[in-house]
Amino acid sequence: MATRALLPEPAPLAETRESLLAVPGIHCAGCISKIENGLPKVNGIESARVNMGARRVAIRHDAALSPPDLKAALARLGFEAEALADPGLDVAAAENRALLRALAVAGFAAMNIMLLSVSIWSGAEGATRQMFHWLSALIALPTVAYAGEPFFRSAWAALRQGRTNMDVPISIGVLLTTSMSLFETISGGAHAWFDGAVMLLFFLLAGRCLDSMMRGRARAGVAALLKQTAPGALVLDEAGQSRWSEADVLRPGMRMLVAAGERLAADGRVLMGDSSLDISFLTGESTPVRVQAGDVVQAGALNVAGPLTVEVTAAGADTVIADIARLMEEAGQSKSHYVRLADRAARWYAPCVHLLAALSFIGWTVGGAGVHQSLLIAVAVLLITCPCALGLAVPVAQVVACGALMRQGVLVKDGSALERLAETTEAVFDKTGTLTLGRPVPRHLDRLDGEDHSILLALAQASRHPLSVALRQALEAEGVRPATLDPIREVPGEGLFANHRGVPVSLARPRSLITLFELASEYRHGADVHLLPFTDALRPDAAETLAALRAAGLQTLIASGDQPEALEEIARATGTTAIGRLRPADKLALLDRIKAQGQKVLMVGDGLNDGPALAAGHASIAPASASDASQLAADIVFLGDRLAPVAIALRAARRTIRVVKQNFALAICYNILAVPLAIAGKVTPLVAAVAMSLSSLIVILNALRLKDSAK
Amino acid sequence: MTGLTLLIPLALLCGLMALAAFFMALRTGQYDDLDGAAMRMLVEGEED
Repeated sequence: MATRALLPEPAPLAETRESLLAVPGIHCAGCISKIENGLPKVNGIESARVNMGARRVAIRHDAALSPPDLKAALARLGFEAEALADPGLDVAAAENRALLRALAVAGFAAMNIMLLSVSIWSGAEGATRQMFHWLSALIALPTVAYAGEPFFRSAWAALRQGRTNMDVPISIGVLLTTSMSLFETISGGAHAWFDGAVMLLFFLLAGRCLDSMMRGRARAGVAALLKQTAPGALVLDEAGQSRWSEADVLRPGMRMLVAAGERLAADGRVLMGDSSLDISFLTGESTPVRVQAGDVVQAGALNVAGPLTVEVTAAGADTVIADIARLMEEAGQSKSHYVRLADRAARWYAPCVHLLAALSFIGWTVGGAGVHQSLLIAVAVLLITCPCALGLAVPVAQVVACGALMRQGVLVKDGSALERLAETTEAVFDKTGTLTLGRPVPRHLDRLDGEDHSILLALAQASRHPLSVALRQALEAEGVRPATLDPIREVPGEGLFANHRGVPVSLARPRSLITLFELASEYRHGADVHLLPFTDALRPDAAETLAALRAAGLQTLIASGDQPEALEEIARATGTTAIGRLRPADKLALLDRIKAQGQKVLMVGDGLNDGPALAAGHASIAPASASDASQLAADIVFLGDRLAPVAIALRAARRTIRVVKQNFALAICYNILAVPLAIAGKVTPLVAAVAMSLSSLIVILNALRLKDSAK
Repeated sequence: MTGLTLLIPLALLCGLMALAAFFMALRTGQYDDLDGAAMRMLVEGEED
């Protein structure tokens, strides 16, 4: 916190700019201080600021530093980072902040007006009451104008399109109440309703704020799909000089240099070099693909072995990855047409309320009361029926349920996600990375002794090949210490070679291919040769979870991009039909077919190839190990190796909807009790204030029962 | 009555001051990263 503002600003460097980097590895106070204290020591970096919630670092640096330099600086501190292509403006955060400001103003005004009102209710008379009414008006009028603006705007937008939503009765109620109260104040009447109007705004804004925070969480990771592609590349010019070039100025025909460990910034064809690419973002398969001169490569692919020279064939919006992004966007459109539960309730609630208020006005006028008194009663009806409790019913229940789910490692990103999840009737699973762990796990490590383990770890640490990474993770988990080896050589496409106490050791491609569907590596120690098979293990509770979903009334299906032969085993283990060889567009078509049969699909997937399907599903869940794009497209993300959170989330969603419906019922009960009183003209500002607070309180208490809904 | 003319503006002023403080905190980004703020109190002072 003290890194800025408190210290005198150093004289600004010649030219500085700010870059944003996503650093998923930040998870504790130690990481924050390591980054914020460590980075400014690097030449050219002025300051760094960590945003823990978004797992981002904002770095103010010399314009001469390029994103790879910043990445390298973070890597030296021990953090993997990914430059964010375009920080963009955070619209959602701004909206949330505006709501918070409105809430603060409404809260301030409600408290002060309530203080004045209490003295009126306890018997202030004559000039004192008059003064208090005027003071209330003075506070209430600017407050209604400022804090009511979000409602007025939304109501106006709905009315202009000939629709009505929850905000229409709210706006009419608040405006009518305020103007009637103003009239009463000017004409020296006994009752002013400023307190009711402002309190109503306060309660409703509280609900709105909770709702917006829920949605804000969805956008916290707006790393977007384009994060998968590099923000730029080293481009070779005619003279053979290389210079850093941003991704958006890359053009077909340019030649770019891609070092090991970097992502490609554009689609292209390999001109020179021999390496392996990790294209799991496209296929969901973790095995790297070997590429040589002449092969076609896609933007976003991670170069895992040696340097490559690539001729750009398509850049920017023409790349394969941009295509998937477009598919996802189109698929997501259908979701935005979803009408939320609260708005569906408002569709019939709003006309009812207006009719009721109009009828009581007509009734009292016909019955002989003056226009003034009839209008006062109509206003009381509007105020008492204003959907105060309804406005809180949904967001409070959702926030409580999401908090419970979060403690179980399930992150709900979107406010309406639980509503949609509760409605699903068919669950479609991806295979790799979803039903399976999506990473190779070495088997038979116990056949080797301790010394071999430490040699293996030392070898595996030297490479970013997925099998090496898997080996390293497995060995480190067992507490193995790496042995000291002589210089390790990595031969692309072959393996790692070194010497241990004069004996040659290596971790390399097997000399003989044994099975077709199994990954393997070969470990050689002198003359000893061991084959290390790897399998992509099924998540420990995949079968139980699918059974639990079926018990909950969902149909299940596996849709994968793999060969059908690779699916047989898993289909048998989980007792589910599996469809193979599906490309991203095929999955989308499959989902559309299921939708056409009237089913509401829950899509569970992880790869970028599932992205469009995740966006198209009625609800979607992705594991935290999924590609960023998929995590972004999914409504719900779960942590850990177990699949059980899918079933837990479904159960919690259904309970949440039950509680929301109970809350609606409670709000209607309250109206049945209070509306006759209002129509009878018995509701004073005091009664309205008490009734409103009480109904909101009951709704909140009911929602709190969801606290352990995720057990 | 004379007491009220002093006390009510005073009470309102206090409330307004709190409101202004909240707005200031919001504008300087103190609510942008609540998770981080919770962590930062564990960060050791800078070593320079």
